[in-house]
Amino acid sequence: MNILVLLKRVPDTAAKIKVAADGMAIDPAGVEFVINPYDEIAIEQAIQLKEAGGGKITVLCLGPKAATKDIRTALAMGADEGILLVDDTAGRDAVATADALAAAAGDVEFDLVLAGWKSVDTDDGSVTHFLAAKLGIPCVTLITKLELGDGQVAAHREVEGVTEVVEVKLPAMLTVQKGLVEPRYTSLKGIMMAKRKKIDERAAEAGEPKIRIRTMTPPPPRPEGRIVGEGADAVPALMQALSDEQKLL
Amino acid sequence: MKKFQGADFCGFDTLLSEEEVMVRDSIREWVDAEVIPVVDKHFQEDTFHMPWKDQLAEIGVLGAGLTGHGGGGMSSVCTGLIYQELERGDSGIRSFASVINGLVIYPINEYGSEEQKEKWLPRLVNGEAIGCYGLTEPDFGSNPGGMLTRAEKTADGWVLNGTKRWITNGSISDIAVVFAKTKEGIRAFLVETDREGFTAPLIKEKWSLRASVTSEIIMEDCVVPEGSLMPGSDLGLKTALSCLNQARYGIAWGAIGSMMACYDEGLNYVMARTQFKGKPLAGHQLVQKKLSNILTEITKAQFMTLQVGRLKDQGLANYAHISMIKRNNCYWALRIARMVRDMLGASGITHEYQAGRHMLNFESVKTYEGAHDIHHLILGDYITGIPAYE
Ligand SMILES: Cc1cc2nc3c(=O)[nH]c(=O)nc-3n(C[C@H](O)[C@H](O)[C@H](O)COP(=O)(O)OP(=O)(O)OC[C@H]3O[C@@H](n4cnc5c(N)ncnc54)[C@H](O)[C@@H]3O)c2cc1C
Repeated sequence: MNILVLLKRVPDTAAKIKVAADGMAIDPAGVEFVINPYDEIAIEQAIQLKEAGGGKITVLCLGPKAATKDIRTALAMGADEGILLVDDTAGRDAVATADALAAAAGDVEFDLVLAGWKSVDTDDGSVTHFLAAKLGIPCVTLITKLELGDGQVAAHREVEGVTEVVEVKLPAMLTVQKGLVEPRYTSLKGIMMAKRKKIDERAAEAGEPKIRIRTMTPPPPRPEGRIVGEGADAVPALMQALSDEQKLL
Repeated sequence: MKKFQGADFCGFDTLLSEEEVMVRDSIREWVDAEVIPVVDKHFQEDTFHMPWKDQLAEIGVLGAGLTGHGGGGMSSVCTGLIYQELERGDSGIRSFASVINGLVIYPINEYGSEEQKEKWLPRLVNGEAIGCYGLTEPDFGSNPGGMLTRAEKTADGWVLNGTKRWITNGSISDIAVVFAKTKEGIRAFLVETDREGFTAPLIKEKWSLRASVTSEIIMEDCVVPEGSLMPGSDLGLKTALSCLNQARYGIAWGAIGSMMACYDEGLNYVMARTQFKGKPLAGHQLVQKKLSNILTEITKAQFMTLQVGRLKDQGLANYAHISMIKRNNCYWALRIARMVRDMLGASGITHEYQAGRHMLNFESVKTYEGAHDIHHLILGDYITGIPAYE
């Protein structure tokens, strides 16, 4: 089975985010970038499917040239080929991104598309939906387990209080949630092998933006903590602060 | 805790290839997840964390530099970066890997028989077997040429007698590279540790390298077959020293990892802690002098060590180059650990911080693989052509 995996380069979740001088994007200086953690789960799932049943894994990424490093990491984990749609526009909107991904996906043979259910930078979670629509394939979101059948796949989703099992015909898009599989460490052998794998770089054919970012502002600084007292004597004051001031109780 | 960030003051990373950066980052991530959370417990309990063995095999650290027999075929710079990251965690795990790679896999591959290679290299690489290297003896450390261990030829093999001391991995090994004197001179033997007459009691109650196993090896009429002799070891002590060159090179990188661990910890601490009118410790001149000295020494060590690594990859690094970086980097790793321990004040004497552990570890690391002053003698001999050992 051939699998297309979407990968996005995002700021490390531990990074301290600052807004750039123009107030329209984040300032990338000093920020470490990593593979979107949910996409990492998708890569791992793809590798496990390949290990079980063979096939080819293609990683598709729209992002800056520096994202070759992230694609290379996916290749080191076990993917076979990468495609980088070079795009330096920060904050490319979901529809335009899906346009570019769909154009590139047209050149790839796949039975399944796997991707994180959202990227942790923009928290938007809609690129996959637009892409599935453009490719004309079904899309199951937030899956925590999958069972491959003959020409179809059953995907488990945790929804409010129950587990829903959804069946779709292949090819299909599945977006993955934490808990599906645990991403592996890249092995040194994998890194050596990744050197010889192909990354196809081309300009992104992103469509017209449908959304424009007007401003980006950091959240207000958190107010300083306050010590209401010490030991058991402080409990009434603490209770009062939590219920009357903070309305938490 | 804030994520560890290495030091890169003036574009060190620009001298690394994408692959080298990936190697470093992947080991760094592994150390964050699998070493940092458990190492202090093992240091306190004086034990080696056994699951590391299979994990190191799985991620490809064991045999990383070996070509063939399942090895990774990686460059010296890549293996150096691996040791840097391991020792950022602890000198114990780096020692475990250094001994297996530099002192067991390397001599078997260079000096072993085909049979020894076929039998042991794949097992050492995949973590099935652990190995150790027995050169030092209770009475012969800096001067191993004086060793008392003897190997006597018999009709169909050899009989080994003697005691080795301070042997890393000794008590947990399946196989030992042991040096002994024969009639023809010093030779290396590859000895299975379950042979009759071979024991490897643990050396307990160390205050350094506690997360690593250190042992004695006692051989009393230990009979081994003819095939235990390593046929390529007919250069005698030179064979032993060529292995040490491999391990010393890795130690030099490892020391940089330790320096960076301490620097990172110290810097975070003095930026956050305030004394005297709410000013951070980092705002005081004497503290800044320490920080500036530390960063300068890390930077110097990085460039010197990388250059020796590049030379090594071209076959141009000699023992004196390696001796210089081993001595210098261990010396500064120990000094930096002490400086950071000092910057941490009372907190620095607890296990909540790592500088004290690195400080204690480096008392070993500056001693083994050629003690600090011995490396001065090696370089002195190289410069002047006048040996001053005796
Ligand atoms: C934790 C640990 C693990 C080890 N693992 C191994 C191992 O796996 N395999 C192995 O074979 N060995 C191992 N060693 C042994 C190590 O290599 C020796 O300890 C080292 O070579 C020094 O020998 P020594 O301890 O006998 O000290 P000595 O040789 O007695 O030296 C003591 C001091 O005297 C100085 N000195 C010695 N000779 C001279 C001289 N001519 N001029 C000036 N100063 C001199 C030294 O610099 C040193 O400061 C290990 C040691 C430690 C601590």
